Amino acid sequence: MVEQAGGLSGGGADLQIQGVTKRFGDFVAVDDLHLQVPEGAFFALLGASGCGKTTTLRMVAGLERPTAGRILLGGDDITDLKPYRRPVNTVFQSYALFPHLSVEDNVAFGLRRQGKVSKGELRTKVGEMLELVELQQYAARRPAQLSGGQQQRVALARALINRPRVLLLDEPLGALDLKLRRAMQLELKRIQTDVGITFIHVTHDQEEAMTMADTIAVMNAGVIEQMGAPEELYGHPRSTFVANFLGQSNLISGVVKSKQGDEFLTEVLGTTVRASKVTSRDLEGDVWVGVRPEKVILQRPGEGRQEELNRLSGGRVSDVSFVGVSTQYLVRMASGQELMAFEQNTGERRPFAVGDDVDLTWLAEHTFLLDARQDVRAGAELGDGE
Amino acid sequence: MSALSHVPGPTGGTPDVQATDPGTERRGITGYLLMLPGTVWLLLFFLVPLVTLVSSSLYDPSGSLATGYSMTGHVQNYADALSEYGSTFVRSFLYALTATIACLLLGFPLAYAIALKAGRWRNLMLVAVIAPFFTSFLLRTLSWKLLLGDDSWVVNALQALPLVPDDLRLLATPAAVITGLTYNFLPFMVLPLYASLERLDVRLVEAAADLYASPFTAFRLVTVPLAMPGIVAGTLLTFIPAAGDFINSELLGNPRTRMIGNDINDLFQASVLPTASALSVMLMVAIVALVAVYVRRSGTDELV
Repeated sequence: MVEQAGGLSGGGADLQIQGVTKRFGDFVAVDDLHLQVPEGAFFALLGASGCGKTTTLRMVAGLERPTAGRILLGGDDITDLKPYRRPVNTVFQSYALFPHLSVEDNVAFGLRRQGKVSKGELRTKVGEMLELVELQQYAARRPAQLSGGQQQRVALARALINRPRVLLLDEPLGALDLKLRRAMQLELKRIQTDVGITFIHVTHDQEEAMTMADTIAVMNAGVIEQMGAPEELYGHPRSTFVANFLGQSNLISGVVKSKQGDEFLTEVLGTTVRASKVTSRDLEGDVWVGVRPEKVILQRPGEGRQEELNRLSGGRVSDVSFVGVSTQYLVRMASGQELMAFEQNTGERRPFAVGDDVDLTWLAEHTFLLDARQDVRAGAELGDGE
Repeated sequence: MSALSHVPGPTGGTPDVQATDPGTERRGITGYLLMLPGTVWLLLFFLVPLVTLVSSSLYDPSGSLATGYSMTGHVQNYADALSEYGSTFVRSFLYALTATIACLLLGFPLAYAIALKAGRWRNLMLVAVIAPFFTSFLLRTLSWKLLLGDDSWVVNALQALPLVPDDLRLLATPAAVITGLTYNFLPFMVLPLYASLERLDVRLVEAAADLYASPFTAFRLVTVPLAMPGIVAGTLLTFIPAAGDFINSELLGNPRTRMIGNDINDLFQASVLPTASALSVMLMVAIVALVAVYVRRSGTDELV
């Protein structure tokens, strides 16, 4: 039943999730989800805890049954297939390594169950896999005798050795400390490029998702808010949730006044702010005008380039935090709203001090417009403090 | 007997004593002080009787309580006892083994259900398992005698069924003795099994399913090995007392279902000390030997 995907071989291993809903009693964990993951992609499902991302993953693995909808792998309907019959393997959040088996036996577990390889071949494959994750000398150890990072790599090897058509990773780096996590992110990316298997990676860490994935789907309350390449999601958020959860955003209340060429003209705090049509949704009336803090350039009142920049005047620096590579400013506007501006510490200019009067300037192509009916704080608490 | 250390104790694990420089010496003394009461207790009530038992097994068999025994180092007592009661020994171990297997077959699903499926009924079910201990062992076995008796409703009902002979007897059969043993020792099987299964990480079973193991394979390769400490502890706690039991055979059996405990009991009652002692010592040695082989074979000392 279980088909060896054989690495890079084609044959369309696209994963399609069609209208999948999962309810636990009254609680809707996943709501009519549609998703297509192309073969060979490094795909990240990003969201806060409880957004339904892990449930989605478990349904793909076969550990939960969808209440409604279908899941297709390379055109085959796998919705009702038992987990042990799916060519899909999982790296669990807790690793779930078998404590009574050695590292070697843990890694060999899946191939042994499939019973398709000879003993000699099995030993070779296990050896290769342990080499890939650099754990050859630990083959005879028990999982409990390994560090967290090593256990993580055993879990990865145990899943990868089966050459699944889709590899699912459920917060695989969550239990590691920051430095190790950074190293493992690059390692995972390297391995994925090497083996060419579709990776679906569930995480709540937006930086991790952006570092590794070629496509990110941001999930919130059981639905996908937005999906796309990291740069696209970051540069052109389509909802306040994405704007706040993926990085940070300044969202200022404004009104769309007119469309001119490839730009929208909006009125914000009594001034005209231009927004590129490329980055903005076609909206009318009240909007949130957004700009990323690192795109904002602080200027002394009236200084700097005039025409091509959006400019909000009348700000006063209310807080300065030095964070090494950059300095983060809070600027209080006349309206009382505080806006953020991050500046690289290039040393080109003396930093501003609390109480300095400043203008905020940025390019039209860095402006994005969002529907004013959306909650301006959505996703903000969740995205911060990672 | 290392497997018994897997029986959950109140502390649940070996204390991690990290000796620091100034306290090392005092801590050493504290350790011995803590061991003192238990050591004294064991010396008085285990080692002394054991020595008495072994020495009385070597008495001259021609003596009696009235005339007194003389210590002659009569090893022949063992050979005599074995030739006369050898078949009873075999029967005892067979009954105990059958009862232990029956306990495991009944106890494992029960413990599994309580540990993993019972939800909010878990505590109630545990109480139900322990509840029989609130009445005496003797009383419960006597109740079984009533239940299995020739005029009991159970037997009458069974006799009314087709294909069941009208002279069906339940009481005074080997089956009755084994049933009694199974019933009486079942909690000793369920509790250690429960303790093991309750700690079982169900995510490991999911991981096995994810790695192409069917539910049965996952059970065989993950659940059972991880429950092994409980299985070993439960089988030992069931087998050892069952092998030496005499109440069940006494109340539910017949002269041909006698177990070694019955003979030892009768011989002690009749003051045939050398034979009774020799049988006791042999029973003990046989059990220790069996348990040692069993624990080594099951490999529980390697379990995390």
